[in-house]
Amino acid sequence: MGAATQTKPRRRSMGKLWRRRIGLGLTYLTLATLSVIFLIPLLWLFTSSLMPLSQIGKWPPQWIPNPVQWGNYTKALKFWHFGRSFRNTTIITVFSMIGELTSCTLVAYGFARLRFPGRDTLFIVLLSTMMLPFAVRMVPMYIGFSKLGWINTFLPLIVPTFFGNPFYVFLLRQFFLTIPDELVDAARIDGASEFNIWARIILPLSGPAIIVVAIFSFQAAWNDFIGPLLYLNDERLHTLALGLYTFTAMPGQGSLYNQLMAASVLMVLPMLIVFAIFQRYFVQGVTLSGLKG
Amino acid sequence: MTFIATPQTKDHVRWRDMSAARRKEAILGYLFISPWLLGFLMFVLGPFIASFYLSFTTYSILQPGKWVGLQNYTRALSREPLFWKSLGNTAYYVIGAVPLRIILGFILALLLNVQVRGLTLWRTLFYVPSITPLVATTVLWLYLLNPKFGLINYALSLLHISPVPWLTSPKWSKPALILMSVWWVGGNMVIFLAGLQGIPQHLYEAAELDGANALRRLWHITIPMMTPTIYFNLVINIINTFQVFVQAFIMTDGGPLNSTRFYMLYLYDNAFRFFKMGYASALAWILFLIILALTILLVKTSNRWVFYGG
Repeated sequence: MGAATQTKPRRRSMGKLWRRRIGLGLTYLTLATLSVIFLIPLLWLFTSSLMPLSQIGKWPPQWIPNPVQWGNYTKALKFWHFGRSFRNTTIITVFSMIGELTSCTLVAYGFARLRFPGRDTLFIVLLSTMMLPFAVRMVPMYIGFSKLGWINTFLPLIVPTFFGNPFYVFLLRQFFLTIPDELVDAARIDGASEFNIWARIILPLSGPAIIVVAIFSFQAAWNDFIGPLLYLNDERLHTLALGLYTFTAMPGQGSLYNQLMAASVLMVLPMLIVFAIFQRYFVQGVTLSGLKG
Repeated sequence: MTFIATPQTKDHVRWRDMSAARRKEAILGYLFISPWLLGFLMFVLGPFIASFYLSFTTYSILQPGKWVGLQNYTRALSREPLFWKSLGNTAYYVIGAVPLRIILGFILALLLNVQVRGLTLWRTLFYVPSITPLVATTVLWLYLLNPKFGLINYALSLLHISPVPWLTSPKWSKPALILMSVWWVGGNMVIFLAGLQGIPQHLYEAAELDGANALRRLWHITIPMMTPTIYFNLVINIINTFQVFVQAFIMTDGGPLNSTRFYMLYLYDNAFRFFKMGYASALAWILFLIILALTILLVKTSNRWVFYGG
């Protein structure tokens, strides 16, 4: 009797344990299969960027470049005017990052730490502008910038970044609110100006949030396609993204998949490196964007 | 408005009731937010009003144009078959892509939420496609979707499915772009995962004691607790997929036979290829009203299925 009552629950828990194990095994199997499916396109991107053209059109698709043709890269750099496009993209990206980091931290400090009439209403206005489709602003902004004579300059891509970005302001404000009041109050009692508090206390304590915004800002500027497409018609001002598009649209060139893949690798690689270094922050940023829900 | 973390201090103190110090603080506050305030006036509100005005004119960058009343709107709705075609294409894309992206993102997050080892690694693997620059991704997918030697048709051939003409066929071009959009589901996954990790563990423990199996726990705890996150992702995904542009612009330029002429593509063509900026502004306003209506519809219906108990 005693033995039976002891073994019964034990057997049940053994069964449960096995069910758990099988469940976990199936989870790993599904995850592994799905991740292979997700990563194969990227793997193919890298291998085909080193293949001779004759190998690209083969059926079944080839996986190992034979012979390895590094020349694809040198050719891609040439048609792409890589030096020039890279310089243009870098200029736009660096200035956008400076603009967004400066303006968004200032604005977020105002919303998080200072009291003024209409603050909460204005903050809701700021949040709701995130939902506004870009299409509505696109045409008038183009007309405005062309009236200023800014078409075929980097200004339409850079200047607006100095006027804040609602999403980044939101992220930074959330973070600034978590900094203890005592620190700010103590500094105020010591006679520090608000600008000093922003520069000496808030910014140094907000490293993670600032990195998140810096990464997002980098990603947006580096990957931007519509902006350069609208404002940069002069080929000498083309960015990497725009140059890659022009290449696909060129008759004849568009089918040189190996060179196109080489160019794409060069475009993807900086993002992958930044992601590898800061992946934790990427995830934090995306997670925070979900907080709005 | 649950999402706004409210600071302890209230802002609605009237100006004349303020002390000198509070006034100074308020002035500084406006100064700090002035970059955004100016940017809002110049790059959001200004263009918004201008666009509304332009939508009643025949403005083009080449000539000033004249006031035509509602003509641009009536023209779009009654005399431009391509307007309805592009709207239909966009609806097809939204209805195809959004549920897939939500469901797959949710499933991936669920899988990662079962105490798996190497969570960060898995998460990274699924998120990597989402960080690749859109133009490069598009170029890669042109190759993947190639009907003769693309990898996707090869994978199908392994399953004994005959080759699909993808981007060269009006029937398959939209499914091809939907398939591609599923590849960057990582953002949705990350947001869902954060939501899942916020569900209190004791709910599951209690349910387990009551003998609820995994499926029941999913249906009665996880999904109800996740409805706010699902709702958020739904709104964001609808707004974003409605404005699909770059992929179609680069891969098909609206073809074949206008089967991928999405709304934004149609708008762009009118504004920047034909310079009919008045007409394009009317199109932009119609898009805005559609998105606004969809958002309001979601907000209004949300109280029926979104659970804000947690």
